[in-house]
Amino acid sequence: MKDLAPEPTTAQANPPVQPMESNLLPSDVVRVSATSNVPQPERQLTKVAKLIDVSKCIGCKACQAACVEWNDTHPALEENVGVYDNPHDLTPEMFTLMRFTEYENPQTGDFEWLIRKDGCMHCEDPGCLKACPAPGAIVQYSNGIVDFISDNCIGCGYCVQGCPFDIPRIHKTAHVSKKCTLCSDRVAVGQGPACAKACPTECISFGTKEDMIAKAEGRIEDLKSRGYDNAGLYDPQGVGGTHVMYVLHHADQPSLYAGLPDDPQISPLVQGWKGPAKTAGMAVAGLAAAGAVLHGLLARPNEVSEHEEQEAEVLVDQGGRDNDGGQA
Amino acid sequence: MSKDKLVYSARGDVIEAKKPVVVNRYRGFTRANHWLTAGCMVVLILSGFAFFHPALYGLTGLFGGGQTTRWLHPIVGVVLAVSFLGLFLQMWKLNLPRREDVEWSRNIGDVLKGNEENLPELGKYNAGQKLVFWGMTVLIVTMAVTGVMIWEEYFPGLVSIPARRVAVVIHALAAVGSVLILILHVYAAFWTRGTLRAMTRGTVTGGWAFRHHRKWLRELAGREDGRKAE
Repeated sequence: MKDLAPEPTTAQANPPVQPMESNLLPSDVVRVSATSNVPQPERQLTKVAKLIDVSKCIGCKACQAACVEWNDTHPALEENVGVYDNPHDLTPEMFTLMRFTEYENPQTGDFEWLIRKDGCMHCEDPGCLKACPAPGAIVQYSNGIVDFISDNCIGCGYCVQGCPFDIPRIHKTAHVSKKCTLCSDRVAVGQGPACAKACPTECISFGTKEDMIAKAEGRIEDLKSRGYDNAGLYDPQGVGGTHVMYVLHHADQPSLYAGLPDDPQISPLVQGWKGPAKTAGMAVAGLAAAGAVLHGLLARPNEVSEHEEQEAEVLVDQGGRDNDGGQA
Repeated sequence: MSKDKLVYSARGDVIEAKKPVVVNRYRGFTRANHWLTAGCMVVLILSGFAFFHPALYGLTGLFGGGQTTRWLHPIVGVVLAVSFLGLFLQMWKLNLPRREDVEWSRNIGDVLKGNEENLPELGKYNAGQKLVFWGMTVLIVTMAVTGVMIWEEYFPGLVSIPARRVAVVIHALAAVGSVLILILHVYAAFWTRGTLRAMTRGTVTGGWAFRHHRKWLRELAGREDGRKAE
């Protein structure tokens, strides 16, 4: 029997070469869309995270190329409209995207080029999973990876409404939702994500969440010493923290970075729709139906009497007038 | 009374027989229109409930799985919207509120007890039927509009994501509302004996018309008199 692959703690090291069994098992799932009773997993995988140090990104798009190559996607060729973003948005065939922002810092007067690698944040509390109506189409593993299981996906687009980061894209021909998997298929066999592996500046790193937070702290200290007083880690607590984190030079203004949400949360509308509305709606409809059936079976029906049939004949005979000849 | 002045009845409503009285309430076209709408409604409720609550997701099996159900639901929705428009055009005039509706509603207790002698004489529709009509009209328009806003396959970028969130909630609430109205509609049709045949054979007995919609029957009887005098 082959050994289980080790849990990867870095994307930089080369992976083991001997054949090994997947170490990301169906039993490691902690959340499943449209499923309430997920069995408690027997083991807890180490929480992983991808750390994207925006201050180190040179915008080379190696991560995009690696993503396309590993996931075998085929983004359509688009036209150059004078911006560096290519393609222009995330697509069902492009799970990650360098978003370029030109920022003139009012404090320093410096022109800054903010390049953020956009993609799924792998929320600890995933809005997509909450919104999804198809059992098993979205799962979360105990290491924090949120994954779309296309076989169960119905392409309805509810995850689009659920996501606070505008990430999922519905495939036009496959009719399933697509996004970054955090390379769950690589992590399962002891390898870090393809983008992190390809990144030439180690702007993207991968490891345990704990290690990545520690690494970020070192970077933030360095950035602060260079005059970026507001440098900080983006690990938004509104969604329970994320398993893709950013080091930002302006962590006080995340929205500078191509509209990264300042305080992302699952919309209260989605929470209400998938919470009280669902239960109350079912209860109200069920009670009304049951009440109607019971009342219909037990209560005296509203019946027309023979007398009324005769009255009708008289009324019709008299051309709609009552016996006294006048209209009622 | 001019035979052309129709206040309580539609042009197609006629007294078919006099002994005993049989009244034509819905012509074939209206009945077919109604049952097409009803069929769509059933499909929409079954497929919609599959997405509304995970416990009912199994209903997608009726339509060949989740993917097919996701595809089918909005298409049937469009058919229903068009079909209901047909019903609306045929029925809206006689569903406009009238003074007697207020009194009828005030005596809703007598309605439920079946004491119709305490109720005012009514035209073709009572206030309850009018509630079903206008309620369904409002909710179907609401669901059609919000449904297009969240129709991922054909209108993915029609409105912003925050707008889609609002739309999906309103769509779900309107759907629950329409189910409640449907239950009221079906229940009333069963409980009020002699009603169903209006939508199957198209006719009701004179006694039924006399008991529940006497002004309607009066007007029809008057119209027949008018024709005889010619």
